[in-house]
Amino acid sequence: MEFLSYLITGISLGSIYAIIALGYTMVYGIAKMLNFAHGDVIMVGGYVSFYVTIFAGNNLLGEDPSALATGAVALVSVLLAMAVCTVLGVVIEGLAYRPLRQAGSLAVLITAIGVSYFLQNAAQLLFGANPKNFTPIVSGQLTLFGGQLRISYVALLTIVACVVIMLGLTAFTGKSRMGKAMRACSEDRGAAQLMGINVNATISMTFAIGSALAAVAGVLLCSYSPVLQPTTGSMPGIKAFTAAVFGGIGSIPGAFLGGLLLGIIEALAQAYISTQLSNSILFAVLIVVLLVKPSGLLGKYVPEKV
Amino acid sequence: MRSYLKNMKTITKVDYATYLGVILAFIVVTICQSQGLVNRSVSGMLVPICCYVCMSISLNLTVGILGELSLGHAGFMSVGAFSGIIASMSLQSSISSELGRMVIALVVGAVFAAIVGFIVGIPVLRLRGDYLAIVTLAFGEIIKDLINCLLVGWDENGLHIALNVDGTKSMSTLGLSENGIEIIKGAQGATGNDRIATFTMGFVLVMITLIVVLNLVRSRTGRAIMAIRDNRIAAESVGINVTKYKLIAFVTSAALAGSAGALFGLNYSNVTAIQFDFNTSILVLVYVVLGGLGNIWGSIIATVILYVLPEALRQFSDYRMLVYAIVLILVMLATNNPQVRALLGRVIPKRKGAALDE
Amino acid sequence: MSKQFVRGKMVPVPSHSIIPERDIDKSPILECSHLGIDFGGLRAVNDFNLTIGRTEIAGLIGPNGAGKTTIFNLLTKVYQPTRGTILLDGLDTSGKTTAQINRMGIARTFQNIRLFNNLSVEDNVKIGLHNQEHYSALTGVLRLPWYWSREKAAHDRALELLSIFGMEDLANHQAGSLPYGAQRRLEIVRALATNPSLLLLDEPAAGMNPSETAELMENIVKIRDTFQIAVMLIEHDMKLVMSICEGICVLNFGEVIAKGTPEEIQSNPAVIEAYLGKQKEA
Repeated sequence: MEFLSYLITGISLGSIYAIIALGYTMVYGIAKMLNFAHGDVIMVGGYVSFYVTIFAGNNLLGEDPSALATGAVALVSVLLAMAVCTVLGVVIEGLAYRPLRQAGSLAVLITAIGVSYFLQNAAQLLFGANPKNFTPIVSGQLTLFGGQLRISYVALLTIVACVVIMLGLTAFTGKSRMGKAMRACSEDRGAAQLMGINVNATISMTFAIGSALAAVAGVLLCSYSPVLQPTTGSMPGIKAFTAAVFGGIGSIPGAFLGGLLLGIIEALAQAYISTQLSNSILFAVLIVVLLVKPSGLLGKYVPEKV
Repeated sequence: MRSYLKNMKTITKVDYATYLGVILAFIVVTICQSQGLVNRSVSGMLVPICCYVCMSISLNLTVGILGELSLGHAGFMSVGAFSGIIASMSLQSSISSELGRMVIALVVGAVFAAIVGFIVGIPVLRLRGDYLAIVTLAFGEIIKDLINCLLVGWDENGLHIALNVDGTKSMSTLGLSENGIEIIKGAQGATGNDRIATFTMGFVLVMITLIVVLNLVRSRTGRAIMAIRDNRIAAESVGINVTKYKLIAFVTSAALAGSAGALFGLNYSNVTAIQFDFNTSILVLVYVVLGGLGNIWGSIIATVILYVLPEALRQFSDYRMLVYAIVLILVMLATNNPQVRALLGRVIPKRKGAALDE
Repeated sequence: MSKQFVRGKMVPVPSHSIIPERDIDKSPILECSHLGIDFGGLRAVNDFNLTIGRTEIAGLIGPNGAGKTTIFNLLTKVYQPTRGTILLDGLDTSGKTTAQINRMGIARTFQNIRLFNNLSVEDNVKIGLHNQEHYSALTGVLRLPWYWSREKAAHDRALELLSIFGMEDLANHQAGSLPYGAQRRLEIVRALATNPSLLLLDEPAAGMNPSETAELMENIVKIRDTFQIAVMLIEHDMKLVMSICEGICVLNFGEVIAKGTPEEIQSNPAVIEAYLGKQKEA
């Protein structure tokens, strides 16, 4: 039973990683760049949701709000966070990454690092360096087996959200016109352009979706561990990036699988091996997987043509 | 003499100019120091600047010359710093000369970082591109975590080492004798080091790093490494053992980072593993990319400017890191955007041989 | 062309008198037997048998996608063959890597040029000389006397090799900035620098105009005659193939459909069919 509860913690943590990793992997697949600022978009999403909830709590809700009202506020705060992050993602792409479309990948990487520094420091100026205590968007827990197993509603919500997002994205990229354009861009940007696909619009769209997902992940992450500060996004960002690589970067099911596995490994390592070394264990598993399968679990290996 | 200079290749001239520039900078700073023109905050920055210059030169060997992205360079610095500290602290009683201990610490730091570089390099260099980047990042974090658990002490019986994996061990588990020294205390890091690093030592290390990297690059080995960067398949087709030369570059780079780390560690009385995390690796990578890939003197100048810049921005107080981020983005846009480059190209005349038509 | 070949310090270069037809050394340098490779379910090359003489110029022709470059990739172990054996100078090459194959004596050029673009022309050739320079990384870092003497020798040898195509003046140019034809020639020089006994040229005349092609033909024969090596080339320019090759092998769908002298190939019905399609019956 103890194991089961750790496993569920791992799955819910992994679902958060998976949602972030989905954003990473889409941007990587289509724009062919490592967007290191992705983790900081998560942090922005967290702050937006935090302040919306505070604002609503002070001005709109009464002393003892009904469950429906708090639920509505939570939903609005998530939607607003998504809207802000979408705009932020598109603006970052347009201002910082688009001018570097022809440049080497390292130049884009450094620019992304610059954007990441910028977001962290701007957040520090705007919101202060002190950690904020984030109120989880849903409270309470499910008690099973006569109290032997407790699952928080946040964990359930996270898992459900992740599965829905994964299925939605798979359907979107597989079926919709825009999704096909995205796949075309990720195969061969030049050829896609020649076929009349607006590459810039497609890449903007990708950033918009990725950033909206980051906002969702931000809210869920802060509900999972309710400490919000300007650096909140960076470590989950790196781990989600690891998850994306783990599953095979560029692959949507890969990011999902990678995120889940990473979360589970982390939770179990923390519980049974060592809290200090849980990150190391996670990274060590990643290294072993990459050595056995150099393009990740579900990534396809493309040999160099001679 | 004149004709000798004329016949010298441009590359050779640039190399000598780099050496000369570093030597001149050292002389000027030393003279200023003796005249009392250097204030405390600047003189406190001299040794770390030397360390970071060595770090960026050595990272340039991996990223610029070998062409593989490494996001874990600070890990080697960390290994060098802590092994250097252990060496210097445990030799405190047997070697009285600070210079002697310093030199031994630098060598020990380089050797241990090279060993770790070799262990990391064998699996890592089989991967390519972004996969290699993420694995170097992972190794950097693993090294950080391991050192965070490390407990090391020294007494007359020798070194006592323990790995505090489950958080149950403390310094007392090492069982040091009465006159033992606690060297590394897990997450608290190394405390109470004697600060024996000097600016002169830093200068010597920069010169050694420069000579090793530049001479390596201008030799048969360096050409093989650059051949792998430019076209791996063609390099194999002319009989170059790709793995061997990748490893040579990677291990050399790690060793140089290790000695830079040792110097860094011995410049502070407190050093923790967190100081050498992912962000430090990124910081050095930024120096290398802004200085120009494969461009050694560029790395030196970029490191000095970017290290001093946040200090110089102190008048902006809270805004300085924001300004730093904006400067970073703008510089990347300015140097890599085709339109901006075309504009710059019109101002700066093209180099000879850049374009050649039959 | 009045360039003189000076005897090199690393590899002895013989005189460059044309080898008369009767003196061409037909004893085998390369023997492929039952060579084949599958990509997934596709048999890219199947049952490829070929023998090339020590100073022979051989042509490998066939329609696009016939598997010609794949054969080169098999010979140089870019791909490990699924079936068959390759003997080089009587030695089995199975299990060797691309780099080891080069050291055994096969050098090649690439269809899509693969130069070390950021390096100078001279450095490109010096990289070809890599395995003949023999000094350690440490010697290089410490710049011991041996380093200087070896570097001097490599420099002289590189210029000497560049003089085959009259490219000494370009030595300090960046390889990537050279015009197309010069890049192709530089690739050949780099391959020659590795001191091969068999030189594989993948479409050396691609993208060249007729006068450049004519000059290239002369040079290929000259290279064979001066270095006394075997040359195998893939080429779509039939004039080039028919006039300089002593033996020709025709490939279609990964299988050899004809082998012989240029005259035999030109009149072979299977070859005509492969290139022009089957004549419709009236």
